[in-house]
Amino acid sequence: MAESELDTYIAKENLPYEFCPGCSHEKILGAVSDSLKQQKLDPTEVVIVTDIGCVGLSDKYFVTHAFHGLHGRAITYASGIKMGNPDLKVVVLIGDGGCGIGGHHLLNAARSNTDVTVLVFNNFNFGMTGGQHSATSPLDSITPTTSFGNTDVPMDIAGTAKVNGGGFVARATAFDKDLPEMISKAMNHDGFSLIDIWELCTAYYVVRNDFGRKEMMNYMNSMKMKSGLLQETGRSSFQTNYKHIQEQASKQKPIDGLVLETTFRSDLDKPIRIVLAGAAGQKVVSAGNLLAAAATLSGLWTSRRADFPITIQTGFSVAEVVISPEPVLYSGIMKPDVAALIAPEGRDKITRLTRAMDKTGLIYFAEGLGNVDSKAKQLPLLFPKSAQKEIRKNISALTAGYLTQELGLFPLEALQEAVRLIQKPKIAEINLGVLALT
Amino acid sequence: MVDGAAAISRGALDAGCNFFAGYPITPASEILGHMLRELPKIGGVGIQGEDEISSIGHCIGAATAGATAFTASSGPGLSLYSENIGLAIMMEVPLVIVISQRLGPSTGAATAAAQGDIQFMRWCTSGGYPVIVLSPTNIPESYHLTKRAFKLSRRFRNPVFVATDKETVMTTESVAVTEMTTGPDWPEIPDEAVDQPLNPYQINGQIHHFTGSSHTEEGHITKDPGIIADLNERLRQKIESRVDELSLIKSDLEDGAETLILSYGISARSMEAAVNQLRGEGEKISALTVYSLWPIPEQEILKCLSGIKRIIIPEMNHGQYRHEIKRLTNNEIQLIGVNRVDTFLITPEEIVEAYSG
Repeated sequence: MAESELDTYIAKENLPYEFCPGCSHEKILGAVSDSLKQQKLDPTEVVIVTDIGCVGLSDKYFVTHAFHGLHGRAITYASGIKMGNPDLKVVVLIGDGGCGIGGHHLLNAARSNTDVTVLVFNNFNFGMTGGQHSATSPLDSITPTTSFGNTDVPMDIAGTAKVNGGGFVARATAFDKDLPEMISKAMNHDGFSLIDIWELCTAYYVVRNDFGRKEMMNYMNSMKMKSGLLQETGRSSFQTNYKHIQEQASKQKPIDGLVLETTFRSDLDKPIRIVLAGAAGQKVVSAGNLLAAAATLSGLWTSRRADFPITIQTGFSVAEVVISPEPVLYSGIMKPDVAALIAPEGRDKITRLTRAMDKTGLIYFAEGLGNVDSKAKQLPLLFPKSAQKEIRKNISALTAGYLTQELGLFPLEALQEAVRLIQKPKIAEINLGVLALT
Repeated sequence: MVDGAAAISRGALDAGCNFFAGYPITPASEILGHMLRELPKIGGVGIQGEDEISSIGHCIGAATAGATAFTASSGPGLSLYSENIGLAIMMEVPLVIVISQRLGPSTGAATAAAQGDIQFMRWCTSGGYPVIVLSPTNIPESYHLTKRAFKLSRRFRNPVFVATDKETVMTTESVAVTEMTTGPDWPEIPDEAVDQPLNPYQINGQIHHFTGSSHTEEGHITKDPGIIADLNERLRQKIESRVDELSLIKSDLEDGAETLILSYGISARSMEAAVNQLRGEGEKISALTVYSLWPIPEQEILKCLSGIKRIIIPEMNHGQYRHEIKRLTNNEIQLIGVNRVDTFLITPEEIVEAYSG
């Protein structure tokens, strides 16, 4: 990168500033320009991201790249820019208002230690909209929205960044002579950096609260909020951490779709809609996947839906499988051809479906789950004696094998091949053992 | 065997997506999972934001830095995206947004499919400026339309939605490999950008200002009424003057048919099943699948209406697209809605009943 010899980073053609007389914004923008000059940065490697408020007018005063987005969200854009091109230097100019509405982004950016620099233009009120109270308005302060005095404890912006792990955190005022140096240090920190810069809104806050430079410093002391560098950690930035993630990930193969070649035959001549109704922990959905994969291996078309509570380790677990000689258009099941009841939770969940079944339907039930309200024929799942031990642990796979044979869906070998192809070796071994019993 | 989430994610990656940010929400979390796992493998960036607002903010920021950005959510997430979608329109940054619809309003039925956000996607942001919305009916189309969405977002420098649903995203299905590898016979999207190409931040490049305020061509805020009017008109016209190019439908018309069934998304599959059944019974019937929901392919739809006396419109909402068709047909054609908002998919039988009834 060629070092820049620019004398200023302020776009002179857009001067004079349109800030109110005495507004400190001008001072801070000057300090930003001086800092960029100290660093001899090429203007094309810097992006100034401005929030909303009077500070949001700042982007046009810089000869660098700029971004002016929505209120409170500047840090999210800055972080995105840095992730999109880590070689850019990204500086956020945001007010106390933006830190209030976007507080969530502020503390999470500090947590992730994303490598952006946040300069807070903290003048204790909303200067652009009439001086309403902000997240940092002192207690008892008078604003158009706190006519009887502010009752909310002010937010400590620097403190918030600090406790949430921000890599570089400082507090300063717009009047500090060394502000450019402080900004340079912040920008050169690999990680999240924030300077909470206290300043004056001469249009509103100063006049309503008799809050000049001296009063501001007294307030700072009375709040025991020190100025200067508050925290500097050696924690690596999000961008550095993510580079390591990319290095690790690059060693893994991209996931590709599961391609199942037709290797078996099926005589199924019309669609069949099967519902497996069990409970969490019975691997019901996994058994549904086996039926669907075996159907695909047998040249059939299939869809597999799953239904379970948000708290997945409890309650019902239902798999709906449609198997068809033609592509499946409608994947829903309002009236199953076959239902397998393997746990009371599942049985109760699909009452509406079993009730809708007519006498052509088949309901298979595990021990104790039969005799439901339905016109369908109800048959017990008659697992062989040798399989009794597996009923408790692997009833879903057993049922898949049982239905495959009972209904003549496709050869049992197709189901076994599905197990080998789609399940992890350890589970496949168990399930192949289970299927050998059916 | 594949589900819609995997197909959409693969489509995004094959379209050159190298940036994803999203927040977990059923039924779009699987897309978040795929993208966060796959992107770092190819040197891209995939992150989970602290909320939907930061996620889309990261996407817009990354896009201005030259990344090909993508996010996915559901209706409640779209609510939080809303303001930033306006920003993406105003800044003219390319962005693909998948909305996997679930039954609302509010938290609604989080694990049930729906098509209730069709109007919301179009009108989700202040000012009413146009967006592009594509809607796949099945898994292969989810792949191909996602790829197409990326091309359109680059060409138009605008947010492009893929409107899908819980059923399509979360159901595992068998699909023919050839349907994934060979795309449908859709017209190609020209590579060149309309108006002007994106000029992302570049070191040693041209200085660029992106802003959400009404701005001059240089990206500086302006209060000049003429410049503001020109900008707003251009944002509208760049899409609305190219409806022909954006129109994407599948018409399956039968000579002499007096009934047309018109649908989109997951409901179009039940439509196809119903049409197969009715034709099997000797009925004359036409069908129309709309892929490009917004802007509405008005001319393409009107071309399918010759001799049609009634249109049956199955959709999993209270008639959001029927409302648009009503406007188009000027009350001259009878419109019959087949609507469900009870967590179930519309069945082919209901459509057959609507035809016969």
